[in-house]
Amino acid sequence: MSDMASRPSSAPASPAPSLLQLFAAFALISLCGFGGVLAWSRRMLVEQRQWMTAEEFNASYALCQFLPGPNVVNLSVIFGGRIRGPLGSLVALVGLIGPPFVIVSVLALAYARFGAIAALQRMLVGIAAAAAGLVLGTCAKMALPLLRDRFALAPSMALVTFAAIGVMRWPLHWSLALLVPVSIAIAWVRR
Amino acid sequence: MNDATLTRLAGHFALMSLFAIGGANSAVPEMQRVAVEVEHWMTARQFTGLFALAQLAPGPNVIIVTLIGYQAAGLLGALVATLAMCGPSCLFAFYIGRISERMKGEVWTAVQSGLLPISIGLIAASGFVVASAAAHNAAAVLVTVFAAVLCSARRLNPLWIFAAAALLGIADLL
Repeated sequence: MSDMASRPSSAPASPAPSLLQLFAAFALISLCGFGGVLAWSRRMLVEQRQWMTAEEFNASYALCQFLPGPNVVNLSVIFGGRIRGPLGSLVALVGLIGPPFVIVSVLALAYARFGAIAALQRMLVGIAAAAAGLVLGTCAKMALPLLRDRFALAPSMALVTFAAIGVMRWPLHWSLALLVPVSIAIAWVRR
Repeated sequence: MNDATLTRLAGHFALMSLFAIGGANSAVPEMQRVAVEVEHWMTARQFTGLFALAQLAPGPNVIIVTLIGYQAAGLLGALVATLAMCGPSCLFAFYIGRISERMKGEVWTAVQSGLLPISIGLIAASGFVVASAAAHNAAAVLVTVFAAVLCSARRLNPLWIFAAAALLGIADLL
């Protein structure tokens, strides 16, 4: 946020990267990104390589949060595409997904072999419990602005979605086919 | 048998790809429902283990689908699940990225503010589903609550929290 003020909206400082640079940057983002890749992608694209201004990054990321699918994966596709067209998208995507795919495949192999060990199971349960807490804590931070809603319609939509998916365990696509149009209609009426 | 599993992996994750509003974590309850309850690819306990493994690996959260695919149908399953989960949403993102400069005004704002509460509800459901699966005893619930409070209160590398929770698990406290 701090460099938003120091650098007003203008073209990025560096020239557009080549396909190889694009691949290397997203592979590095991916390999450094433990527990969330967002912070690393911002550091890489805006601060280190200066391929995007802070404003461009914020706008692209805001867009990606509302697109379906993984946010940072969408960011790689949109950024790669703007710079180098469809091939740029593909290269950025493979850079982002390729290295963790290899690492996780090795982990999966190890899990298939050693997953039954009781101490390992308990360790993973502990990590899952902590990770669930992190998800809930981050979610609470995101939800705070919703609570300023005067008629509590947005919090109600969030609550209904939570109940349908988290408690009732209804299928995602049927639930959203109903909830998304209702929520957008409410937002449209109240605009 | 294996071909049928691959087809089902592709179908489930391609559909999920387009409904994961708010990121890959939004689809975790649906992944668990499909993998455990619908397809019986694994037990709920195994799913919880895979979720934890995905947190330990570097890279985007979506990588949990690689683990699910592997568990269901080996390396090929991992590849099919990953491609299916990324493919449709990437095509959509590529197209929207092209026209996003023209997407301004009231409709676009209404779509954004309408989708926000949905994605928050989905992410809360993810946290809840995984927390309940991991809640074998009171200590595990405490770990979840403590992690939630800690991450809202201050910036801390999540790996420290994971390391502490892993140690508690190994010490047979969870």
